[in-house]
Amino acid sequence: MNLPADLLYTKDHEWLRIEGDVATVGITEFASEALGDVVYVDLPDAGSAVTAGEPCGEIESTKSVSDLYAPTDGEVLEVNDAVVQEPGLVNTDPFGAGWLLRLRVASTDGLLDADAYAQLAEQG
Amino acid sequence: MSKPTALHAVHEAAGAHFTDFAGWQMPLRYGSELAEHHAVRTAAGLFDLSHMGEIEVVGPQAAALLDHALVGDISAIAVAKAKYTMICNEDGGILDDLIVYRLSDERYMVVANASNAGVVLDALKRRAAGFDAEVQDRCDDWSLIAVQGPRSAAILGELTGADLGALRYYAIQETTVAGRAVRLARTGYTGEDGFEIFCDPADAVDIWQALSEAGAPHGLVPAGLACRDSLRLEAAMPLYGNELSADLTPYEAGLGRVVKLDKGSDFVGRAALAARAGREVTRVRVGLRPEGRRAPRSGYAVLDRASETQVGTVTSGAPSPTLGYPIAMAYVDTALSEPGTRVAVDVRGQRVEAEVVALPFYSRPR
Repeated sequence: MNLPADLLYTKDHEWLRIEGDVATVGITEFASEALGDVVYVDLPDAGSAVTAGEPCGEIESTKSVSDLYAPTDGEVLEVNDAVVQEPGLVNTDPFGAGWLLRLRVASTDGLLDADAYAQLAEQG
Repeated sequence: MSKPTALHAVHEAAGAHFTDFAGWQMPLRYGSELAEHHAVRTAAGLFDLSHMGEIEVVGPQAAALLDHALVGDISAIAVAKAKYTMICNEDGGILDDLIVYRLSDERYMVVANASNAGVVLDALKRRAAGFDAEVQDRCDDWSLIAVQGPRSAAILGELTGADLGALRYYAIQETTVAGRAVRLARTGYTGEDGFEIFCDPADAVDIWQALSEAGAPHGLVPAGLACRDSLRLEAAMPLYGNELSADLTPYEAGLGRVVKLDKGSDFVGRAALAARAGREVTRVRVGLRPEGRRAPRSGYAVLDRASETQVGTVTSGAPSPTLGYPIAMAYVDTALSEPGTRVAVDVRGQRVEAEVVALPFYSRPR
């Protein structure tokens, strides 16, 4: 499983790249492969507040719709317009160009490192 | 534990994602299901459909038995031809939709959906009482491989001695593919030209690999059940469990033409269906084209735009890979079923405007 070691993860298969108090958020390659081809993403508005563990958007593949869960409490600073225009980026580059949003976060408590996430994902 | 098909190792080697479907482990997709969908529309796709349920009906009264058990005029099918038909219960509810192939005067092959194979087999055995014919469970005796798409005849032509030009749509013949004895039918579930190859499970891997090799230069790719579903939805082909159920008769499904009330023999469900045929149906299957990019999915409510009351239910929906916008099939009140009618769909709490459109969404160029 491809899991960059410098990222943090959630049990809902999101990743976070923390830079200062800003987290860039996406879904893991494991999740994007399980979803199949992503054809639509619905992201929260910039400026809105999100709550850890609560749905803040949707990811739709040809086969199904999944909620996007907020990985932490925070304020949405920016959404990735490129992925809204071209949702397939979630499949082709989940840890890069397929990022979804940037959050201002106060805490990273409860997030997983790559090893802990890998264990969890392998258990299904 | 669900059953692997004879091709399981080949799918694994090709990197398939599997799904459990009606007790079988079936390939869902190999890579991108969108790429597989486009390949079937523009070139060809190779499908493992070994989960489908083959049942043979054999004997001097095989035709009479099937005339009694099914809603279609089965004795009228010519040898080496096939017919799309249904099996209904006494009150006219649909137990399954079927393709019935006539192999000889006294031998038919009935192909049922995997999820209904047991129900169909039991019903046929019960309905065989008093007929001089035998109902045989052949599900495990046949693997089924489909080649679908505009290049399928060119690909198959390299591997079979059969005259494919003479094998018309909904026809079947015994021949060879890659040197193995098969039953070769020109049928499918994608809206494209294509073939279904019934073979001995022991020959399935060799036939699959020969087709893969012959097909590669034509753009053939292995294709899973995910794209099979989006392909059949674009072609507006009903799926049992979505568009068809025991709560519906063929008339609501828009498939009343398969019911042959005047076929000259009584059949199970005839009285109920004859009564139904004379009345206008209250709900009917339609196509929907929603605005925006979000697809209505199975179970979502269809609403009247003025009263906001529920006037129907979505049965299948997805973003159409070929058309580039979302499509759905739904059952709606007959009063709102005319193409051009505006309705709304509750898409996970959001009201989405939609227009009733004629089916199918996609027809192949001829």
